[in-house]
Amino acid sequence: MERIPILRMGEFLLVTIQVDMHDRLATVLQDDLANRISATRARGVLIDISALDMVDSFIARMFGDIAQMARVMDAETALVGMQPSVAITLAEMGVSLTGVRTALNVEKGMALLRAKMEEERADDHAPAE
Amino acid sequence: MATMKTRIPEVLERHEAEILSDWMKEQATALTQRPDLMKESELRKESTKFLKLFREALASNNLIDIQQSFWEPVREFIGEVSRSRAIQGFSPSETATFVLSLKQPLFTRLRKIHEGQPDYLFEDLWNVTVLLDKLGLYSVENFQKTREDVIGRQQKEMFELSTPVVELWQGILGLPIIGTLDSKRSQQVMETLLNRLAETQSEVAVIDITGVPVMDTSTAQHLLKTVTATRLMGADCIISGIRPQIAQTIVHLGVNLGDVTTKASMAGALAAAFKRMGLAVGPARRQSGETA
Repeated sequence: MERIPILRMGEFLLVTIQVDMHDRLATVLQDDLANRISATRARGVLIDISALDMVDSFIARMFGDIAQMARVMDAETALVGMQPSVAITLAEMGVSLTGVRTALNVEKGMALLRAKMEEERADDHAPAE
Repeated sequence: MATMKTRIPEVLERHEAEILSDWMKEQATALTQRPDLMKESELRKESTKFLKLFREALASNNLIDIQQSFWEPVREFIGEVSRSRAIQGFSPSETATFVLSLKQPLFTRLRKIHEGQPDYLFEDLWNVTVLLDKLGLYSVENFQKTREDVIGRQQKEMFELSTPVVELWQGILGLPIIGTLDSKRSQQVMETLLNRLAETQSEVAVIDITGVPVMDTSTAQHLLKTVTATRLMGADCIISGIRPQIAQTIVHLGVNLGDVTTKASMAGALAAAFKRMGLAVGPARRQSGETA
């Protein structure tokens, strides 16, 4: 069965979607990601959708769900590289994906996640008041 | 009277060549002749073709309804002629005269053929008048349509010109909007901005609406959508230069700009963008050797 590969990079998971998303693929990805986050104890998930020309409301909701799911498992999610046309469509549909972090490309997304991690670590090391 | 058979088709059958030469003369003295825009030979070609189509359509004996299928070739030809005239720069009356000037030559022939029968003559004159008026109106309509297409295209070009996206700094795009922001233009703004964001991979976009005089709910919604779409792509959007009237309208309309960063001026927005990117602008430090 077709699957979207999930790569591990240190404490982050990298998902690059290169094929057209259909609903089944999306559900499988969601399952796989949940399992992998728990198995690798990942702290961040980076989803690159720069190759996606079309995102429907179901897939958009799935991204929101993944972000929430990751959050309860203590991982941050960044959605990167959304195409302008996709962004316009989602905005027209009223999907704002609040709660999902976004970045223009993988590099910036990675920097975003790293900054978040560092911030948390600084909080951890700060003396309790 | 109702049983009378019109003799217009007959007149055309018999005297096509004379009518054509009379018509050419008529056109030469009328407004429609514009030697600067159109050669005489070309006009003659058009006139000949029209007369031929006109005669064929008349053979159907249907003189009233030009929407009928026998009139299709005539209508098509008139449409074509009107379109080309509109593009060449003829005026509407000059275009209409092409068809209307056929009246005089036709009247002359009808008068001859109906000699001594004033009732019949009147009937046929009336028929020709109605028919040619309809065709004349049809040509003006087509002329108008072509002009409207031109206006539409120019409007489109203006839209493109009116939404420049400028790079204020590396990674910061500025989009000054001047003039009324209707829904169509907002859409254009959104598309241009997002495409430029993707091209330049800029992190911050500043939309400056100092030059926007009025705003309605749909425009406000469009601005909000633009901000949402920018965020979805992974960039930040700052709106600057909201004028007092617009601020009042936004509040009265109950539009919630809660999540959107708004700044009073472009300078303020730029400062906010710098801050977000971890940049700072300060006075240049003087070299130690330089005198004060």
